[in-house]
Amino acid sequence: MAKELIRLSGCTMAFDGEVVLNNIELSINDKEFLTLLGPSGCGKTTTLRIIGGFQKPTSGDVFFDGVRINDVPPHKRSVNTVFQKYALFTHLDVFENVAFGLRMLKPALSKGEISARVLEMLEIVSLKGFERREVISLSGGQQQRVAIARALVLRPKVLLLDEPLGALDLRLRKDMQNELKRIQQAMDITFIYVTHDQEEALAMSDTVVVMDGGVIQQIGTPEDIYNEPKNAFVADFIGESNIVDGIMKQDGVVEIFGREFKCLDAGFEPNEPVDVVIRPEDVDIVATKDGMLTGTVTNVTFKGMQYDIIVDFKGFKWLIQTTDISPAGAKIGIHIEPDGIHIMKKSDYSGMFGDYSSYSAEYDDLEDASLEPEEETAGDYDE
Amino acid sequence: MTNRRRFLAVPYIVWMAVFVIAPIVLIAVYAFASRDGAFTLSNFSAMGTYLSVFSRSFLLAIISTVVCLILGYPLAVIFAHETSRMQKIMIMLIMLPMWMNFLLRTYAWMSILESNGLLNRALAFLHIPPLNIINTPAAVIIGMVYNFLPFMVLPIYSVVVKIDRSLVEAAQDLGGSPAAVFRRVTFPLSLPGVLSGITMVFVPAVSTFVISQLLGGGKEMLLGDLIEMQFLGTAYNPQLGSAISLVMMIVVMIFMYFMNKFGEGEDKAVLM
Repeated sequence: MAKELIRLSGCTMAFDGEVVLNNIELSINDKEFLTLLGPSGCGKTTTLRIIGGFQKPTSGDVFFDGVRINDVPPHKRSVNTVFQKYALFTHLDVFENVAFGLRMLKPALSKGEISARVLEMLEIVSLKGFERREVISLSGGQQQRVAIARALVLRPKVLLLDEPLGALDLRLRKDMQNELKRIQQAMDITFIYVTHDQEEALAMSDTVVVMDGGVIQQIGTPEDIYNEPKNAFVADFIGESNIVDGIMKQDGVVEIFGREFKCLDAGFEPNEPVDVVIRPEDVDIVATKDGMLTGTVTNVTFKGMQYDIIVDFKGFKWLIQTTDISPAGAKIGIHIEPDGIHIMKKSDYSGMFGDYSSYSAEYDDLEDASLEPEEETAGDYDE
Repeated sequence: MTNRRRFLAVPYIVWMAVFVIAPIVLIAVYAFASRDGAFTLSNFSAMGTYLSVFSRSFLLAIISTVVCLILGYPLAVIFAHETSRMQKIMIMLIMLPMWMNFLLRTYAWMSILESNGLLNRALAFLHIPPLNIINTPAAVIIGMVYNFLPFMVLPIYSVVVKIDRSLVEAAQDLGGSPAAVFRRVTFPLSLPGVLSGITMVFVPAVSTFVISQLLGGGKEMLLGDLIEMQFLGTAYNPQLGSAISLVMMIVVMIFMYFMNKFGEGEDKAVLM
């Protein structure tokens, strides 16, 4: 059975009256890989800094193993951090960087012990033989590994990682994802990981915590988050989603665009207005006469594994992913299985996401550009 | 391309030749010449007489530099941790006296430290016996520290303010107590600033002559005074003055060489 290790209870954080975390309730289990996922400024880094001890919540409590640790300074917590830009000590070589924490221990370790533990750690992160290298002579990926080794050599119960892969290129990032997962399993400890990259979050995590505007939007396994998003924000942030207005006629029946569809969701009021999520890959293209809905293809983009096509249904544009090409201008019908339709309660995010009217081929690039690794510096350094 | 660049360097090379190389060569030539221009080593053999001046100059300069470091380092670190608005104000306040005339500042210290000066009058008011500071080495040190302190604070400040805050957090995170973080991270990373601060204070301090004349009352003759006397004073002897200058320069160079040797490798910290 999973055991609770860290709990944030009613944590609120405000800088100069601006609330960046609003009443966070979060329980983190021992040996879990938990990811805090959200866009810039959603409060994920602040949450991590509260756990690391670099910030005290304005109100609320932090518990570690059942003990309140609000006032415990970072150097007395059995939590270590891998910083966003690694924060390696440039005046020390690789060995001394990793040995740094060991030399702080009381009672002091013997030279041999320090050496043995540093070398063991360097081996785990595949940096054997790099002991005497200067850290500035290393590549980004190697510096990353030093930062991980430096934090793990103290055998913390929890490792905090703040966008650790943000500065690496795509291929290296994929390799490091596997590497991190492997290290987490080898060390058998809790990882708390901060990222804005939903793919990273889904690929590595046991639990994903989606945040926006200082509020936790949803906590769940990657599958839960993807298949059962709680609101339009989560549905849009994780993967691609078509989100349309619907009316829940009765359990298992939803009306979209004036037509009734079968679905698997239940527990709504009769005729309750809802948000309906349809993932692009859950839509089958059929002949117009067999279609539940018919629309016109307006845009086709080749994506390698599939085509992304934009289909206009009465002015509302959907993204559909298909392996069969339908040229722009073609009339098509669509078919959706009941398990391809997901119903969500209306929320503050309703109507803000899930429309592909402004879709263009550059859309993805633009989105990436606006999601640069964040620097939540607001008021960070007042101590 | 390369030729063109070389061409662009010509004005600077000429400048350096005329105003840096030529004077040094001239000093060297003078140092090895007798009054009638013949080659001689007598200027150097006469140097032994002035050993006390040499040692006093270096001693006072070292003491002043150490005092500047002790006062300046914490000041620079405090500055670096203020808000950027406050930093600007504090740097302004440190620089402000430097824009006042050097002589005027030193005269001001005379009137503070005099037997009947501000300090002793204040002490008398508090019924404390007067201090005899003026015309002592202590007065010279006070004058040097006051005048050269900004040259210690500014380089240290500019290095410390650039130390990435996350390095300090990383050290804390790895179990470093505040004292350990300072000793193992902040201080080593600030060494380049400390070294240039020491250089910038020590070199003018070892060769100053105004401060020792005004505050030391001429009793504490320093190298600067000695050299000045050979060129302008009663003991007119430019050849001896040149020889003393040359020896002083060499001693300072040796001194600096060991300083930099000590700090080798630390300058990498500023490259980040």
